[in-house]
Amino acid sequence: MHSLPAHLKIVAGLLFIIVGVATSISNWQAFIGYFLVIGTVLAIAKLPVKKILSRATVEIPFVLFAFLMPFFGTGEKFELLGLSLYREGLLAGAAIIAKGTLGLLVAITLSGSTKAREIIGGLETLRLPALMVQIATFMLRYVNVVSDEMERMKVARQSRGFEAKGIADWKILAQAAGALFIRSYERGERVHLAMLSRGYVGVMPVMEKPVITKFQRFSVIALPACALLIFLFTNMIWSR
Amino acid sequence: MSDETPSLLIEGLAFAYPDGHQALFGVNLKVSQGECVAILGPNGAGKTTLVLHLNGIHPTSVGKVWIAGTLVDAKDKASLSKIRAKVGIVFQDPDDQLFMPTVGEDVAFGPYNMGLRGAELEGIVDTALQQVGMLEFKDRAPHHLSFGQRRRVAVATVLAMKPEILVLDEPSSNLDPASRRELADILRDLKITTLMVTHDIPYAYELCERSIILSGGVVVADGDTKTILGDSKLLSENRLELPVGFSL
Repeated sequence: MHSLPAHLKIVAGLLFIIVGVATSISNWQAFIGYFLVIGTVLAIAKLPVKKILSRATVEIPFVLFAFLMPFFGTGEKFELLGLSLYREGLLAGAAIIAKGTLGLLVAITLSGSTKAREIIGGLETLRLPALMVQIATFMLRYVNVVSDEMERMKVARQSRGFEAKGIADWKILAQAAGALFIRSYERGERVHLAMLSRGYVGVMPVMEKPVITKFQRFSVIALPACALLIFLFTNMIWSR
Repeated sequence: MSDETPSLLIEGLAFAYPDGHQALFGVNLKVSQGECVAILGPNGAGKTTLVLHLNGIHPTSVGKVWIAGTLVDAKDKASLSKIRAKVGIVFQDPDDQLFMPTVGEDVAFGPYNMGLRGAELEGIVDTALQQVGMLEFKDRAPHHLSFGQRRRVAVATVLAMKPEILVLDEPSSNLDPASRRELADILRDLKITTLMVTHDIPYAYELCERSIILSGGVVVADGDTKTILGDSKLLSENRLELPVGFSL
């Protein structure tokens, strides 16, 4: 799982999500299948449960929003456990949770089993415009440098008695953000000088293309293929 | 030896920034092959400005610069790429110099741009990292290295281009004593024409037989390092001084 070529994983994940999103929520049996499939993949990837849960927290705001949806809406209403709910809202909320979680699990599997560097390499192989790949590469390289700089600025502020308490202090924080932006911009210029000094003419070195075995290709295709089968199968049986 | 082409020849180089601030007022300098020359001078003397003229980053408007007999001409793009392969500049902040995701890819960047590929490229990368004792860190990310290690990798990125002249901007700044020593040992073993911009007077004394003092945009002294550093009047006039307790 971890050794599969990144660009194949990206394509497979994307196809899987497309099939998932294209499925109507009323075809709920299909989603059980999808979750079983992605659950199996997660199990094969052997990602630590703690890591999965901590990364899944980004979904919390969406889940909260989805839970509100059955209470606000129009159309047909029905009673459930003494609550009066809108049928449309409930379905829409359920769709957000089911499809969102599905997409999130795919993203977690991809990011957990692939180094950030490899994901960028994969996007490059998939012919993402070179400029976007370069921007992503530099972001990856300099995110630590900039966050260290931000941390040093924070320590410097605190050392001179500044503690952000309320909205009145936002001005200081905004100025610090501005200073950080200018510093990063100037660093960008220095990096560009260093690149020119080593013969940069607008093209970054290309990594050696990995050799892809038939088995790898097959095992990657398995993910979206399973989803597609489930989609067709459940549609055939229950939608009549 | 006198008819040998000098590694670096600068004649009457002057430069003013677009905002009108003039940094160089006619610099003359000749550096022979294999020489190590320290460029000493106070802050704002024009040292970094001079360095950026050596590979055409700053276009020369007044005066001329030759690298191993080739004129640096910012308008001639073809010759400029050759010049940039010959002049290896190690910048002060290694985070500016190391921009690729891994050490190995960064060292490969220069030779790749010069057209090398495959096994030949790999060999050059390994040799350059070996020269600075960083081969085992080839697959590591630069931000996982110590500052001293990053400085050494920065030197390797330039060595990989097999430069005619190595230009170091404040090589010993921010290094702990052991890293400073290790870098000095590496630099001493390189046997390559070196131009070292520095405030670190003991470092200049240790590594370079010849020194120049750049002050107010001109070369005010040029000669044997020991003689220059022995002239306390000359040093103090140019905001330089020997560290306390240091004797020649």
